[in-house]
Amino acid sequence: MLEVTALSKTYGNGTQALDNISLRIEAGEIVAVVGGSGCGKSTLLRLLSGLDRPTKGHVEVDGATIDAPHPFVFLVFQEPRLLPWLTVAGNIAFGLSDLPKAEREARVEDALKQIGLAGYGNRWPKELSGGQGQRVAIARALVQRPHVLLLDEPFSALDAFLRAELQDQLLDLWAQTRPTMVLVTHDIEEAIVLASRIVVMRPQPGRIAQVFDIGLPRPRDRISHEFEETKRQILLTLRSTFARRDAA
Amino acid sequence: MSGPSTNGSWISAWWVGLVLPVAIGILWELAVAGGYANGRLVPPPTKIFEVLSELAASGELWRHIAVTSWRVAAGFLLGTLAATLIGALAGYSTLTRQLLDPSLQGLRAVPSIAWVPLFILWLGIFEASKVTLIAVGVFFPIYLGVLGAILAVDRKIVEVGRMFRLSSIDLVRRVLLPAILPAYVLALRGGLGLGWMFVVAAEFMGASEGLGYLLVDGQQVGKPAQIVAAILVFAVLGKLSDSLLARVTAPFLRWQDTQTNAN
Repeated sequence: MLEVTALSKTYGNGTQALDNISLRIEAGEIVAVVGGSGCGKSTLLRLLSGLDRPTKGHVEVDGATIDAPHPFVFLVFQEPRLLPWLTVAGNIAFGLSDLPKAEREARVEDALKQIGLAGYGNRWPKELSGGQGQRVAIARALVQRPHVLLLDEPFSALDAFLRAELQDQLLDLWAQTRPTMVLVTHDIEEAIVLASRIVVMRPQPGRIAQVFDIGLPRPRDRISHEFEETKRQILLTLRSTFARRDAA
Repeated sequence: MSGPSTNGSWISAWWVGLVLPVAIGILWELAVAGGYANGRLVPPPTKIFEVLSELAASGELWRHIAVTSWRVAAGFLLGTLAATLIGALAGYSTLTRQLLDPSLQGLRAVPSIAWVPLFILWLGIFEASKVTLIAVGVFFPIYLGVLGAILAVDRKIVEVGRMFRLSSIDLVRRVLLPAILPAYVLALRGGLGLGWMFVVAAEFMGASEGLGYLLVDGQQVGKPAQIVAAILVFAVLGKLSDSLLARVTAPFLRWQDTQTNAN
């Protein structure tokens, strides 16, 4: 379980990025965070990952306080951020150096198969497409077997078709070990396809505007009437967060 | 530089570089042979090769080459070791950088030849002072290269290391050092070039063997051909050692997404 309590973050230059965020996410749940730019979505993920420390409040995962990177939690960045001097297999195995060689190789082999890149182990990152790179980045995180997987707009650089394909693939991966997932996105459809709950944020400072429970049966049909209606509701809420900012 | 050129084949690029020096050599040879020029102070190619083959036949040439190469190798190794260690420390830790860098930048401003009298007093006129001078010359470009490259490492890549909870040592070993490798290789090549420069300075300060000695000796006994011959040998050795270094390090840089690595 991931528990966020009264989380606030003010940066050194005085910008308040987050104000009093509280959120409880059950183990195995997928939560999407949406909101306009500057509403602190990425800041929230960085606090959850332990890369940054909150000004106030705290983050707890399965009883462990997260104030620095922790083995329970792993963040997948917006870009693949693969280490260019390691092969694909080397990148996936990067955090597995404590394991015996045989098990390490088995896990990497397995992960490559799962992301549909079997046989790509000896390629260099420069030889991958953007979608392939991001899949390797996700595999690199998943082989760590984190309790919580954080994703910061992981597919935002990809075209719409590829994005839909990778969303489905991400769900397949999630179904195997069911880690808790928190996904930041600006793509509402992506949020509805993946998440059981959607947190809509409001900017300046970043706060939670509304939380939606998504009860649609899986797999979710992107062109069903219910899907469209859910999307409409979320868009309306999002629009209201902008209206408030304009009025202020 | 090594490696294929981006346009044209490797062979044609190789030939083009030879056209100018060979043409000048032939013209000079003809000018001296035809009596248009006096070849005494600027000896024609045949004279230079004559001196070279004499030196080679007597075995003297190889002895001088071996001695000079040994000095460069020892100085380069020492300088590289110190520069890499201190550069990595200064790049990694802000405190170390603030502590060391100003002093080192100050020392860098001293023309390295200025150390010669001191090194002779401290270390004597034999090998130790020569190798030290070369090491000092090699040190600075490599130190600067390592430090600058570490400071320029992408924060995003370092963050990946933090996400994996790497210890300081592992962060240096598994992220920072590989990340700076391309810049490091360039710095090493620059350092090696300076090593060849400083070996001459070192051998000018009183040597009984080495290519630098051939230069001094050529001047004292009035044999310009011997001086040019030694200069040629320096050029060949410098180029060879640089190519060797580039060749040896190339396999470690295959991952680079660069113009020449494009496939």
